[in-house]
Amino acid sequence: MTVAIEKPEQTETAEPAAPVKAARRISRPMVLGAIVVVWLVLFAVLRGKQTLTLAAADLTDLHRWINDFNDSIGANRNSNPLFLYFFNEIRLVIDNLVTFIQHLISQPSGARPVPEIGWLGVVGIAGYVSWAVGNWRVALLAVAGFTFFGLQGLWQESMDTLSLTLSAVFVALLFAIPIGVWAGLSDRFNRIATPFLDFMQTMPTFVYLAPLTLFFLIGGASATIATVIYAAPPTIRITAHAIRNVSKTTVEAADSLGATRRQSLLKVLLPMSKRTVVMGVNQTIMAALAMVTIAALINAPGLGPVVLQALQSLDVGTAFNAGLAIVVMAIVLDRVTTAAAAREENARNAKHDFAKWRRPLLGAGAAVTAVLIYLSHTYLWAADFPGDGTVGSHIASAADSATNWAQDSLSGLTNTIRDVITNGLLNPFQTLVTDSPWWLVGAVLVALGVVLGGWKSGVTTAVCVGLLVGTGLWSDAMTTLASTLVATVLVMVLGIVFGVWMGRSMMVDRLIRPTLDAAQVMPPFVYLVPFLALFGPTRFTAIVAAIVYGAPVAMKIIADGIRAVPETTVEAATSAGCNTWQIITKVQLPMSRSALTLATNQGLIYVLSMVVVGGLVGAGALGYDVVAGFSRGELYGKGLAAGLAIVLLGVMFDRITQAAARRATA
Amino acid sequence: MARHWRAGAAGLAVLGLTLTACGGAKVGDSSSAGSGSSGKCGTFNLAVNPWVGYEADAAVVAYVAQHNLGCTVSKKNLKEEIAWQGFGSGEVDAVLENWGHADLVKKYISGQKTAVDAGPTGNKGIIGWYVPPWLAKAHPDILDWKNLNKYASKFQTSESGGKGQLLDGDPSYVTNDAALVKNLKLDFKVVYAGSETALIQAFRTAEKNKQWVIGYFYEPQWFLSEVPLKKVALPAYKTGCDTDTAKVACDYPVYNLNKVVSAKFAKSGSPAYNLVKNFSWTNDDQNEVAKYIAQDKMTDDAAAKKWVEANKDKVDAWIK
Repeated sequence: MTVAIEKPEQTETAEPAAPVKAARRISRPMVLGAIVVVWLVLFAVLRGKQTLTLAAADLTDLHRWINDFNDSIGANRNSNPLFLYFFNEIRLVIDNLVTFIQHLISQPSGARPVPEIGWLGVVGIAGYVSWAVGNWRVALLAVAGFTFFGLQGLWQESMDTLSLTLSAVFVALLFAIPIGVWAGLSDRFNRIATPFLDFMQTMPTFVYLAPLTLFFLIGGASATIATVIYAAPPTIRITAHAIRNVSKTTVEAADSLGATRRQSLLKVLLPMSKRTVVMGVNQTIMAALAMVTIAALINAPGLGPVVLQALQSLDVGTAFNAGLAIVVMAIVLDRVTTAAAAREENARNAKHDFAKWRRPLLGAGAAVTAVLIYLSHTYLWAADFPGDGTVGSHIASAADSATNWAQDSLSGLTNTIRDVITNGLLNPFQTLVTDSPWWLVGAVLVALGVVLGGWKSGVTTAVCVGLLVGTGLWSDAMTTLASTLVATVLVMVLGIVFGVWMGRSMMVDRLIRPTLDAAQVMPPFVYLVPFLALFGPTRFTAIVAAIVYGAPVAMKIIADGIRAVPETTVEAATSAGCNTWQIITKVQLPMSRSALTLATNQGLIYVLSMVVVGGLVGAGALGYDVVAGFSRGELYGKGLAAGLAIVLLGVMFDRITQAAARRATA
Repeated sequence: MARHWRAGAAGLAVLGLTLTACGGAKVGDSSSAGSGSSGKCGTFNLAVNPWVGYEADAAVVAYVAQHNLGCTVSKKNLKEEIAWQGFGSGEVDAVLENWGHADLVKKYISGQKTAVDAGPTGNKGIIGWYVPPWLAKAHPDILDWKNLNKYASKFQTSESGGKGQLLDGDPSYVTNDAALVKNLKLDFKVVYAGSETALIQAFRTAEKNKQWVIGYFYEPQWFLSEVPLKKVALPAYKTGCDTDTAKVACDYPVYNLNKVVSAKFAKSGSPAYNLVKNFSWTNDDQNEVAKYIAQDKMTDDAAAKKWVEANKDKVDAWIK
C-alpha cells in the first residue's frame, strides 16, 4: 500500500552534541507530564467554555462562500473559454485513452459483441509480460490470478477495473517521473512540491469527486483523474528520493569525465535509480487500486460498482467476492513489479548462464502469446470466459455464512469490548479535547509539538491549529482527533505484538504477511457491514475499520525494524543470561526505536485516511461532514472545509512524528 | 542457436493454429443477434441513484426502453447531486425518483433551467421515526411521540451521551431531526450513522436481539419487507409547519416522488422520453421489484423481466 508520507531520512544531520542530548532525555518526560497536568487543571476550571461547537446543519460564512463559488463555476461551465479549450481537451484525450484500452480488453468494440482481445489472450499477455519483466514464478501467479477472475464470474468487471487502473497509472507516470526527477535534482522545487503531495494524499477523495465531474464530466476521464491525483504522489516522492540517493561520488566522477548535465541525468542518475523508481511505480499501482470503489461513485465501471451495489442490499457475500478480485489483482501486480525491481538488481550483479537462452525464449514466448491473442480475437470460446462463475457464488455464500456465524456468536463479546474501550478510553479523552477551550487545546498541541519535535514542528503545529479554527470545524476536528489517536494507540499495540512476533520468526512472518496485504487492499466497504453488525453504528466501529487498515503497515515496519537488530547483539544478550522477555524489552525494542516512530507516523496517516469511511458507520464529526458535503449541495462548502481540516490534522501529526523520528535516530 | 528457437516458435504457432482451427464458433458468426437495432431512440442515459428502490425503477424502465423501444440504455451510477449536474452537460437524460430536493430544484430547474419536472412516479415517499416491530408489540404506546421521553433511558448507547439515541442515516436525505428533538423537548440526541447501510444493519440487529432502537427511516424501502418497522406518530404535518427549519415541530410531509429529465431530452422527441413521462407505479410495485433484487439476489435485468412479464397492462400504458 501507499507509503503516504516519505520515510524520515535515516541520515539526517546529527542533532546537537551529546551533553545537551543527555540533559534533554531526562527532562522531556517531565515536561510532557507537566503539560498534561496543567491541561487537566485548566480543563477542570474552564470546562465547556469557548469550545467552538457547530451543529450538524449549521454553516459558517466560509462554507457559504465556497458553495457560491462552486455554483458559479457550474453555472458558467458552458461559456467559459477555460472549459471549452482546456479542460474539455484534457477530458477528450484521457477519455479516448480509457475507451481504447476498454475496447481492447473489456468492452464490446465496434460491431464486435466482445472486446478485441478475449480472456485467453489477456491471460497469455499477463503471463508473458510477468515472465519477461520478472520471473517464471510471478508469471505463474499472474496466470493463476487472471484465470481466477474468470472463475469468480467477474471477468469483464475485472478487466474494466484493470483498464482504468492501467490508464490512470500510465497518466500518473507520465507526469510523476519527470516531476520526481526535478524534485530530486532541485531542493527548492522539492520543498515547494512536498505540501502539494501531502495535500493530494490526505485530502479525502469524496471532497473533489463532485468538482471533478464538473470539470471533466461524468465518465472515464473524471475517474482516471481522481485516481491520478491520489496515486501519483508515491512515484514522485520515491523517484525524488532515488535520484537524491545516487552516491555523490559517482555523479562527480561523471562530471569530471566531462559529462553534460543531460548526460549525467540520462546515463548516470536515471539508470542508477531505476530499481527504486520501479518500487514507486508499485506504490502508484497499489494506490490506484485503492480508488476502485471510490471512483465507482462517479460511474467508473468495473469491480467498484459491484461492491457498492451489494452494499445497498447488505449483500456481504457478493461484495466480498468482488473485493477478493481486487485483492488478487493487487497482489499479482505487486509481486510482478517487485520481481521487476529485483530483476533490475540481479541483471546488473550476476551474469547467468541462462542469460544467453533468454532472448530466444523471449521470442518463443512472444510467438505463443501472439497465437493466444489471435485465438481469443477469433473464437468465441477464447473470447468469453466459459462457465458461469460458480466459484464466485461459492465464495459469496461461504463469506455469507462466515459473517452470519460471527454475528450470532460474537456479538456479546464485541459489545463488551466496544463499551470498555469507549467508556474507558475514548469518552474521557474526547471530553477532554472537545470540552476544553479551543485556545487551551491549541496551546497544548503547540507545546507538545515543541517538546517532541523541536521549534520548527512547534511553528507548523501553531499554523495548523490556526487554520483549523479558520475552517469553522474546530469541535468536529477535536472529536476526530480523539478517535484517531485512540485508534493509533490500538494500532501500535497490535503493531508491536505482531511486529515483534513476525520479526523474531520468519515462519510467522510468511504466514501472516498475505493476510496483512489483503487487509490493506480489500476495499473497506466490504467489511463495513459485518463490523456494523458486530459493533453497531458507533465511533468504535470506525476505529475498528481504521485498525484493520492501519495495523498491517505498523506490523510490517516494526517486523522489519526488529529483524534489522544485529544478530550478534541478540546473541550477546542471550549468552549474558537474558530471557526472551528481557531480550524483547531491553534489546530488540529499544534498538528499533526509529522503526517504532516510523510505524507511529504511518499508522497515524493510515488511520486518518479512514476518517471518511468512519463517517459512514457512525463516527460523525469530520468524516460525516465530508460525506454529507458530497451528498448535499448546500453542505458542499462544509464538506470541503472538513476535508481541509483532515489534511491539517495529517500535516500536524506527520511533522511532529517525523521530527520526533529524526531525534530518535540522531 | 537463436534461429533454431525462432523456427521452433513458428512451428509451435502453426501447430496451435491447426489444432484449434477446427473447433469452436467464430466471433461474429451468429452472435450479431444480441446487438439489436437501436431504432430511432438512440442512446438513453439513465442516472441510477444509490438506493435499491431507485435501482428497481431504473431496472424496469431500462428493460422496457431496451426491449420495447429498441433504445441503447446507458445506466450511470451517480449520487443525486452529480446526476443533476449531468443534465446540463447532456450526460444524464433522466432521474427517476426524486425526493423533494428543494435545493437542486432551485439550482437546476428554476436557476440554470437545464432540468424539467417530468411528473410523479406514483410512489409516495414517507419519512419518519421508526422502531423495530418487537418493540412496537411489547410497548404499543411507544408509537406516540408523547411517550418517547418515558423510554428515553432505554435508548441510551455508548454514543448518545446519557440521553436516548435517535439514529439518523444517509446525509442525502432531508432531515429535521435535530430541530424536532429540541422543539418537542425530547430527551434524545441525534446520532449520525452516516449511511443507509448502517441504519438498516442497526434495525436488523435490533429486531434479532430485541434491542431498543429508534431511528429515521422511510418508505418505500425493500428492508421493510424483511423487517416491517413501525412508524412513530409525530405531531401531524400541516402545510407550512416546516418552512422555518429551526422551529419545526411537526412530522415530515408525504413526498410525491417525481421524475426529472434534462431540458434537452424533453424536447428531443425520443420515445424514451415518453416512457419516462408516462412511467408510474405504486409503492407495492416498487417494493416487489426491490425485493427481487435485494432479497432474492436477482440481477436488475432478471428482476425487471419477471415484473414486466407479470404486468403487461401497466407497461403497455407507459409506451402507448
